[in-house]
Amino acid sequence: MYNILVGGAAGQGIDTTVSILEKAFKKSGYFVYTFRDFMSRIRGGHNFMVIRFGNEEITSHSSKLDGIIALNEETVYIHRDNLKKDGFILCDSSLKGDFDAIRIPMADKAKELGNPRVAGSISIGAVLKLFSVELEYAFDIMKDHIKKDYIEINREAARFGYDSVECRYPHTGGGYKDYMLISGNQAVALGAIAAGLKFYSAYPMSPATPIMEYLSRHGVKAGVVMEQAEDEIAAINMAIGASYAGVRAMTGTSGGGFSLMVEALGLSGIAEIPVVVVNVQRPGPATGLPTRTEQADLRFAIHASQGEFPRMVIALRSHEDAFYQTARAFHIADKYQMPVIILSDQYLGDSTSTVQMYDLSRVPSTAPLVSCEDDEGYLRYRITDDGISLRKIPGKGKYFVTADSDEHDESGAITESAEVRRNMADKRMRKLEGVVKELQEPEFIGDENFDILLVGWESTYGPIKEAVKILNSEGSQKYGALVFGDIYPLPTKLLTAKAAMAKKIYNIEQNATGQLAGLIMEMTGIKCDGCILKYDGRQISGEEIADRLQKLLRKEGL
Amino acid sequence: MGKSFSTYETAWCPGCGNFSILKCLKTALEELGKDPHEVLVAAGIGQAAKTPQYISANTFCGLHGRSLPAAAAAKIANEGLTVIVNTGDGDSYGEGGNHFIHAIRRNVNIAHFVHNNQIYGLTKGQSSPTTSLGHTTNAQAYGNINHPLNPVLLAISAGAGFVARSFCGDQKHLVAMMKEAISYKGYALVDILQNCISFNKVNTFAWYRDRVYYLEDDYDPSDKIKAMERAMEFGDRIPIGILYREERPDYHEMNRILAGREPLVDQVRDPGTVRELMLELV
Repeated sequence: MYNILVGGAAGQGIDTTVSILEKAFKKSGYFVYTFRDFMSRIRGGHNFMVIRFGNEEITSHSSKLDGIIALNEETVYIHRDNLKKDGFILCDSSLKGDFDAIRIPMADKAKELGNPRVAGSISIGAVLKLFSVELEYAFDIMKDHIKKDYIEINREAARFGYDSVECRYPHTGGGYKDYMLISGNQAVALGAIAAGLKFYSAYPMSPATPIMEYLSRHGVKAGVVMEQAEDEIAAINMAIGASYAGVRAMTGTSGGGFSLMVEALGLSGIAEIPVVVVNVQRPGPATGLPTRTEQADLRFAIHASQGEFPRMVIALRSHEDAFYQTARAFHIADKYQMPVIILSDQYLGDSTSTVQMYDLSRVPSTAPLVSCEDDEGYLRYRITDDGISLRKIPGKGKYFVTADSDEHDESGAITESAEVRRNMADKRMRKLEGVVKELQEPEFIGDENFDILLVGWESTYGPIKEAVKILNSEGSQKYGALVFGDIYPLPTKLLTAKAAMAKKIYNIEQNATGQLAGLIMEMTGIKCDGCILKYDGRQISGEEIADRLQKLLRKEGL
Repeated sequence: MGKSFSTYETAWCPGCGNFSILKCLKTALEELGKDPHEVLVAAGIGQAAKTPQYISANTFCGLHGRSLPAAAAAKIANEGLTVIVNTGDGDSYGEGGNHFIHAIRRNVNIAHFVHNNQIYGLTKGQSSPTTSLGHTTNAQAYGNINHPLNPVLLAISAGAGFVARSFCGDQKHLVAMMKEAISYKGYALVDILQNCISFNKVNTFAWYRDRVYYLEDDYDPSDKIKAMERAMEFGDRIPIGILYREERPDYHEMNRILAGREPLVDQVRDPGTVRELMLELV
């Protein structure tokens, strides 16, 4: 497995370089996992992306580097301590700093070729040669990333880079060339389309914006109307309005925008109009760290909005989940006529991974949850045993569809009757009994005969998976982990069973207060013995979890 | 003539201007030959926003100030619905002020009827965005010091294609304005001057009646500058009628997915689309 970092200032073309490199690696057969770290600025600063690739599945980024592609000197100084002993630094000849490096006159050659901007392609050529990947893969990909008139000069530049270095690492094979390379945000958008999304409204907010951008570009082919709203309040109210009228609708944002949406979550709850809301988390509070990652909105997602109403919260663990669980969220929202909140984060949303083409037969079928049959006596909010009342599409038959944010009777007329209020509140909450029955238990990872149990949720899944692998291959203790996807209502069966077997339980979370541990305590009485928390805006890696846990256990004398 | 719309017992104060607005809405819809089952009456929160509760149609009573985005999206989803938003000055110009501006920009084919009584009724008489300077209320105990908003001027300047003003005391005129607005292709605003019998003792029924006058027969509503001049007239004399009107493509005609196609709710996706999109990522 190899791991390289491309770093420089914003505006130096890191994104294009990495996009071409990661695709070339994948086309050559490798599994690729690219982690993106950027600052909230358009020019300057320090941004970097780390491409990890090899001939087996990769679920986490790693800080141990085989190579640094430095577009400026700062990149070298910040990251060289992470370079493996035999690692390399690749940079332009003009970088004269006191470090060993493969220096190529990229800027000079680019100028000579007639365009200083092709320097990036020189580095692409060089990197591919270092890793024994054929240049033709990059040539192919350039078509999608570079304007037609500039392709030839970029190819020439890449050829120059390729010829400037020698092969350094053998190609180790790999059967992933026909897999997709997809970001978590793209996978959410695609999962929504697969579920029949027809309307998406959102206000731009990092790190959720790529969802709306993907749907704007590809929505035309898929028949999805993507409307940029004036604010997040409008975004969710539009999604609810479209859903009322009978189309599957979603909105997406990050914590700040989600804060503006909370009143409308309650509207979806009381008016029983399905809506899917994606919160791609970033560190708060308020503006926080706009382009970085955190998992601190769990409690917020569970409790957001005044009053009580049924909802479900699903945490995305991986690029697979991002697709399948988003599709499932529509099914649940429609079936129970309530809001479903999807929690993702910047790490998952912006990172790209190699994923097998999604199996569309695994997308829950969209059973006829709505009807257009004439029914003059139709009651939109008819009291039923399971709490679910038949939905109809307004304007399609001889009936009236009502929706109300006030408490209402079965017909939808507003009321202040104490009895009706009780019956309606009970009816709505009864829907959760059905939801609980179809909850998915957390995924168990590791040794069935574990001593130590780790618990986590959402995007720490990949790092926890790698950590368990490392820990089980090193220590005398055996490790297992439960990582939650469905998180509210909290599935408790597997947790209760595994917790009873564990000598110690540790929660691994990207927040400062251990929100999952608190939820577990509240729902099951199970208390975690210790925790590994990270809330500096940077995703924890498998190596870091293993390292910190071992230190913690030593301290506790285990 | 179309089918008839039923109206139901209301919770409004006797003498409220909302009664005649509700009656005019029913008449306008009936005279346009609308089928109640194909009409959606949406509202936010407020006394005016109770209108959907009192008429036989599909209804959406959403959050305070947020009915415009929901109603516009419902229309985007199903072009076959006739979508009308009935709501007040507080809901439209205060809590939902941002949505008002952007509903104009979005230009979805909906009619927006604002029951503008220059006061908050549901919350018992505080100032609204259109309350006049110096008007004393329980919450503005020493008089309102915030300048009133001019909604019709704002709508014209924000680029609305149809801006009209009417008065609840002139039912014939109001029905005509409502019919024009509903028939207009795009976002259409009718600011309806309305008395609040309980909480606005300044702008009473008589106050409005004595001031309103019809725009002249030869008034040209396509002249934007003239329209803005007339929109600024709000004092001893208040013009009513279509202040500004301009024909232009609405949201559906501008949108690639909707233009010239069946309503979004009826569109069927080619089952191969997702696979095609996945292949682009290989």
